[in-house]
Amino acid sequence: MDLTSLNLVETKKLLADKKASESEIVADYMQRIADLDPKIDSFLFVAQDTKSENPSGELGGIPIAHKDVFDTIGMPTTAASKILEGYTPEFDATSVAKLKEAGAVSLGKLNTDEFTMGASTETSAFKQTKNPWDLKRVPGGSSGGSAAAVAADLCVFATATDTGGSIRQPSSFCGVTGLKPTYGRISRYGVISMASSLDTIGVITKSVEDAAIALEVLAGQDSHDATTGKAKVEQYSKNLKTDLKGLKIGVAKEYFVEGLDAGVEKVIRAAIDELKKLGAEITEISLPHTEFAVPTYYVVASSEISANMARFDGVRYGPTVKNEEVENLVEMYFENRTRGFGDEVKRRIMLGTFALSAGYADKFYKKALQVRTLIKKDFDEAFKDIDLIAAPVAPTTAFKLGEKINDPVQMYLADIFTAPASLAGVPAISVPAGFSEKLPVGLQLIAPQFAEARLLGSAHAFQSATDYHLKKPQI
Amino acid sequence: MEITKDLVKKIAKLARIRLDDAEADKFTTQMGAIVGFVEQLNSVDTSGVAETNQVNGMENVLREDEVKVFPKMQELIAGSRHPIEKGQIKIKKSI
Repeated sequence: MDLTSLNLVETKKLLADKKASESEIVADYMQRIADLDPKIDSFLFVAQDTKSENPSGELGGIPIAHKDVFDTIGMPTTAASKILEGYTPEFDATSVAKLKEAGAVSLGKLNTDEFTMGASTETSAFKQTKNPWDLKRVPGGSSGGSAAAVAADLCVFATATDTGGSIRQPSSFCGVTGLKPTYGRISRYGVISMASSLDTIGVITKSVEDAAIALEVLAGQDSHDATTGKAKVEQYSKNLKTDLKGLKIGVAKEYFVEGLDAGVEKVIRAAIDELKKLGAEITEISLPHTEFAVPTYYVVASSEISANMARFDGVRYGPTVKNEEVENLVEMYFENRTRGFGDEVKRRIMLGTFALSAGYADKFYKKALQVRTLIKKDFDEAFKDIDLIAAPVAPTTAFKLGEKINDPVQMYLADIFTAPASLAGVPAISVPAGFSEKLPVGLQLIAPQFAEARLLGSAHAFQSATDYHLKKPQI
Repeated sequence: MEITKDLVKKIAKLARIRLDDAEADKFTTQMGAIVGFVEQLNSVDTSGVAETNQVNGMENVLREDEVKVFPKMQELIAGSRHPIEKGQIKIKKSI
């Protein structure tokens, strides 16, 4: 039996029934990584002699992998940046610790855009991850390593982060399930920050039920992250539905605009029909400020980036010039940052520095914070009448390697349908909904803040009626 | 607004990033395109609209201010590639 093709629920059952041992399963994954990852390039670090610290836990013996922005004791954590090359943390992120306590076995660290800044994983300083469905195409980003590894059956599930679409868009491109919970549902402690008011921790899995089980382990308040919400952590995996009777789903006209690929639209329209067949009442709604989400996002995120990236100076971690090579401390900062950061990180630091600088802060930063209020209000208003929103995840399927890397604005527009939910802090999920020219397309479902039970329950109903999440790429 | 090469150089200096001439040209073009793109926000009427800094309603989360010593302080400091002296990282003078 091919153990690596199983999802979390199936692997748990296999272990519980003693049909395979943890060491057999881990060995199978390690072999598959050795065989296939040279083609996919999703791992930046592969662990050795890894085993569960709690075999009888909820995730006892389940092989997982972490996006390389999660601090992991004893495993290098680089954010795919030269400025952190060789850095090994002395502590685990709260999410990493929770998964470890639940018994999960970490196989290693996964590629990402540098400091999660990108939509294709091409800004990684170390590797170019390929899309398992077509090795000439990007896996999406920034959690491209996580999405590609799950799609290629190189781990049961992976941790990931989503700031403007970085879980949902690669999940759509790679045909896997990607959950971005409510902002603050999962602790950010120990996850390298990009934009602190937007960064959201989540998972990329092989099914909605898998995501629900992972969320039960990961969610909750953390004294190390004051932004974690108080809302009760529910039994998400016990509330999965098989029909959508009585549910009102809104479809926003602003998500079906010029730029949305015809093949993607066809898949999404068919998915919405499927939701209707499952009993949902479909209504057209309006989220009038949608078109302003990407510019708002890039001003807010870049401003926070310029502040967060200030800590990377080569003093406490990562490569540095030697003291005797520079005249003074400031020169050392210049040297380390100029050598250590890639172009996209430099662009965003500079955009943020500009948007916060004297004379421009009101016109750019303050303005963007005000438009963010309007975008959030769009969702608040919509959710007065409906329970859930259905939308495309991305305007296209996976694009070709190199196609957008030299045009930042085109790359930013990959976030057009994901940035609004990020700015509003509401939970959203990407579920496989079909194919356009043999490439996967994800359906996005969006719920009000902390309504993950409703979001996962409904997404599960869609997966119960469809088999797109069961399709595997031929690698 | 126009993004000039001088402005890009000034911003890069503030951000402690050194640009050579070719990079300054490239970033001037790209920053110009990005700023032009985000300027569409000017068409939104935001008079009287409050700013949003935090979205999930958590405000003033307080706790007792207690010192907790990180158990692996020395290992943490040893992560630096600068010389370590008396448990501290030795770097170049600041001025």
